[in-house]
Amino acid sequence: MSENRIKIVEKILNANERLAEQNLERFDNTNTYAINLMASPGAGKTSFILATIHALLEDQVRIGVVEGDTAPVTIDSDKIMAAGMPAVQINTGGECHLDALMVEGALAQLPLDALDLVLVENVGNLICPAAFDLGTHSKIVIASIPEGDDKPYKYPNIYRGLDVLIINKIDLLPYLDFNMDYFRQGLEMLNPGLETFALSCKTGEGLQDWLFWLKNKLPRK
Amino acid sequence: MHELSVTESVLEIACKHAKKAQATLVTDIYLVIGRLSSIVDDSVKFYWEMISKDTICEKAQLHFKRIPAELVCLECHHKYVLSDELTPCPNCGSARIRVLSGDEFNIESIEIRR
Repeated sequence: MSENRIKIVEKILNANERLAEQNLERFDNTNTYAINLMASPGAGKTSFILATIHALLEDQVRIGVVEGDTAPVTIDSDKIMAAGMPAVQINTGGECHLDALMVEGALAQLPLDALDLVLVENVGNLICPAAFDLGTHSKIVIASIPEGDDKPYKYPNIYRGLDVLIINKIDLLPYLDFNMDYFRQGLEMLNPGLETFALSCKTGEGLQDWLFWLKNKLPRK
Repeated sequence: MHELSVTESVLEIACKHAKKAQATLVTDIYLVIGRLSSIVDDSVKFYWEMISKDTICEKAQLHFKRIPAELVCLECHHKYVLSDELTPCPNCGSARIRVLSGDEFNIESIEIRR
């Protein structure tokens, strides 16, 4: 009997990363732009998606939505379908995040060829979704004013790999002690030069800048 | 966090490499976890006992090696190690910093018997 050490050096989440690459390939092959939307529960992910859908209706942008939730509910996907867009609800069965395999399954149920944009609404959580790439073109976090200005310091990982940060509910700024400079300094340490859009899905303030960014990303079909 | 799915991945990768090496038993598994990758060792060990049963890895000991996170200042190029809290560059005070290491989340090696 011989004993020996075998060098491996393999990423523990390697399988997820390979699947994420396949998802990205699918998006590219169908010429569809995809975004992984992450946020804490209650930050306004679904409101943000709905506001985006409504604002882009006149441009005839076709948007598919993947809704991740830990419980078997269809509250969010019902709202999307009521807005006239296709939605797939993923029940993660208690898991705290979406992974590339779950998204792969959901994509099979969306008419990707007929879509310009896929928005993947991750499970409401600022920790776990950061570790699992889904194969989208960009990752966006929605922060919101009531959560407080210390979130970048407390949940650094989710702010590090981002492409865009949305700061939602700015209509509440006059009523809450939210120090925007402190918040932005935390962001700057984690993700220097990060693109941010401060807006309110309720009043519509600031939405135009976000929509301008988004429209520039959409493929011409 | 999601320790169960992480533990399942560890088992899958270890079994795959053990089979490839024609092992009869895996005795040790060495993991390298960067300071910025959050994982609870005790939960992984807890799940490990349950899911490694009746596999070639059943008797394997898990070893966690933590490595610190190193940061570099984008203004003055000073390098420093992350303490408990994220802080601006201690040399020049700039908030423009970049993470050099600390994201590691790897199986580094396994010890087997043939």
